[in-house]
Formats: sequence, C-alpha cells, structure tokens
Amino acid sequence: MNSKVLEFTVGLFILAGIAALGYLALGVGNMGTLSGGETYRVSARFDNIGGLAVKAPVTLAGVKIGRVSRIVVDPELFRAEVTMEIDAAYDNLPLDSGASILTSGLLGAQYIELDPGGDIEFLKDGSRIDITQSAVVLEHLISQFFFSQNKE
Amino acid sequence: MNAIRQLGRAGIRVSTGLGAASIFLVRILEQSWIVFRRPGLLVAQIYSVGVQTVLIIVLAGLFVGMVLGLQGYNTLVDFGAETSLGLVVAKFLTRELAPVLTALLFTGRAGSALTAEIGLMKATEQLAALEMMAVNPVQRVVAPRFIAGVISMPLLAAMFSVVGVYGGYLIGVKLLGVDAGVFWSSMQQGVDFYDDIVNGFIKSVVFGVCVTWIAVYEGYASAPNAAGISRATTATVVTGSLAVLGLDYVLTSLMFGG
Repeated sequence: MNSKVLEFTVGLFILAGIAALGYLALGVGNMGTLSGGETYRVSARFDNIGGLAVKAPVTLAGVKIGRVSRIVVDPELFRAEVTMEIDAAYDNLPLDSGASILTSGLLGAQYIELDPGGDIEFLKDGSRIDITQSAVVLEHLISQFFFSQNKE
Repeated sequence: MNAIRQLGRAGIRVSTGLGAASIFLVRILEQSWIVFRRPGLLVAQIYSVGVQTVLIIVLAGLFVGMVLGLQGYNTLVDFGAETSLGLVVAKFLTRELAPVLTALLFTGRAGSALTAEIGLMKATEQLAALEMMAVNPVQRVVAPRFIAGVISMPLLAAMFSVVGVYGGYLIGVKLLGVDAGVFWSSMQQGVDFYDDIVNGFIKSVVFGVCVTWIAVYEGYASAPNAAGISRATTATVVTGSLAVLGLDYVLTSLMFGG
C-alpha cells in the first residue's frame, strides 16, 4: 500500500480513537457539568443523613447547584457534618437558608435541598447552615405509625 | 512418586516460561526507543494491528449495545425503571464490556496474526538473517508491534463504548420508545468520569499490554516449524483470553471492590 495512504488511515484511526475518548468524557460522562468551575464550601450538621452519599446533588428549587463533597461525624456532638460545594454563580443565598435531606422518587437516591431564607447577609466559603432537617428513615416512620395506632 | 515428579516438571516449565516472558518484556521495553527514531515502523504496525481491527470492533460494539438495550429494557420495565436504561447501557459498556470484549476480539483478530507472523519469520530464518546483518530482531520486528498493540487497544475500546452506547440508543429510544432526553440525561448524571471512564481506560491499557505481550512472546518463542506456529497461535488465543478474563476480575475488585 502507498505509504501516504497508510499514514493517512493510521492518523484517521488515532483521531477517531481520541474523539471516542473525548465523547465518552463529555457526552456520556459528567465531565461537562459542574466541574472546573469555581465553587465555594458550605457545611451543615444533621442528626441523621440516611443514605446520603458523597457526590450527591445539592439543589435549589429543584435545580442542581452543587454537590456533597465530604461527610464526617463530629466526634463531640455525635452529629453528621456534611460539606457541600456550591457553584460560585449562586453566591447570593441568604445566611439563614435551610438544608434538608430529601429522596428523589420513592426509592431514589438522596440529595440536599436548600431552602432560601430572608437574611440580608449571604452564605460564603466556610459558612455553616444552622437550620437543617434530617433524612426520613423509613423504619422510624413505620415504628411511629405503629405506636400512634396503638394509642387509639 | 511419578505423579509428584510430573507436578514438579509442570511447575518448573510454568515458572521458566513466565521468567523467559518477563525477560523478553524487559528486552522489548529496552528497545522501544526505536519507535521514536523510526516512526514509520510503528505506523505500519498500527495499521495492521489497529486500523484493520476497527471494523470487527464497531460491528461487535453495535450488536452488544443493541442487546444491552433490549435486555436492559425488558428487565427494567418490570420495575418501572426504564428511564435508567441509558445509565445501565453506558455503565456496563464503559466499565466492563468494552475493555473485556475488545481485548478478546483483539486477541483473536490481531494477537493471533502477530504470533503467526513472528513465528513464521522465525521458522523461515528471517529473524536469524536480521541478526546476521547486525539488526536486533527484537528492536526491528517485535518492539514496533508491541507498542502498536498497546496504543491501539485503548482507542479500540473507546470506539467500542461509543458505538455500543449508540446501539443501545437505537434500540431503547428508536425502537422501544424510551424518551431520548431521559436516556441521555440519566446517562450523564450517573456515569462518573473517574469511576467509570478513567477506570475503563486503565483496564483497556492493561489488557493491551498483556495481550500484545503474550502474542509477541508466543511467536518469538515458538518452535520453528509448521506445528510449532500452529501451537503458538492457539496458545496466544487461549492464554490471552484467559489472562484478560482473570485480570479483569483482579482489576475490577481493585477498582470497585471497596
């Protein structure tokens, strides 16, 4: 085979391979969304995080504005401390906003929904959200239901 | 007594084989600088190892993606979760099926050809002739083939994934009526760049090294006659496929096991 044609087809092959890798990263994976952009960190303490996991979305009015970056237990208070990274474009969230752990769908993954407050000061890097609502654990709900039934 | 001796003989044979293959790999890597000085050698080998394998990879990827779309839909629809079809198809392909199936097809299509070619060169004393002319056959013949295999494998696996996702899209969205937006958005939300795509890429690189190494070693170490070449080609396909499947378990447990 002509060596020019050969080199051309090999170049085409390598380009196609790299294009496929790029497509996997951007089109199939989540590289394109919310990475590389500026973020700021906000923490919140919860009594119980249920099944919340690192990388779970953080939403505002249902729109994803960040993700959970770290979950640890505070050794003195025995509460879960959740750190979230929020897109820097949303830097005007009031300081007294609330955070609650919700479940998408009946059995879906858990996420954090922010509930904006009315403070004139804004959440910034390192702020803590004080008003939190823990995850609803199905077993607790069922036992509550049974106990309230017995009283009647 | 005899049985123990046979076991011992088998043990010695396996460990000498492994040792010889490892020394051979070191010799290949030592001589690999040739691909920078004479890139023409590498280009010709990427053509025969990589470009000529594209068609079988694309066809296989399309069918595997279509089967995943169909089977995934039929299973998920029972739970009312057919909206996750895109996620299922993409995760299966990028994590498991694309690296493993590409490596198996690569062994059958390119690995066996490499072994037969090098084995025949040895049987017809072309390798000895190169040595007579003070040309190192490992450098001139083996190293470009090895590097070409290592470069081609991950590219082929990426093409397999992309075509497979498209196959799943064809069946899931066009034929079975899953919503196109839901198909893509569940995929993009669930597929993680590092967990799925980078790990799948690492797998395909490891398989590429392993399969090409086995193929060139079997060819180079084959008995220089017709029966020897046929045995070496069989050994490449059998050992290569088993090595890929075994390594896949090890890599999967390292990456996703905990």
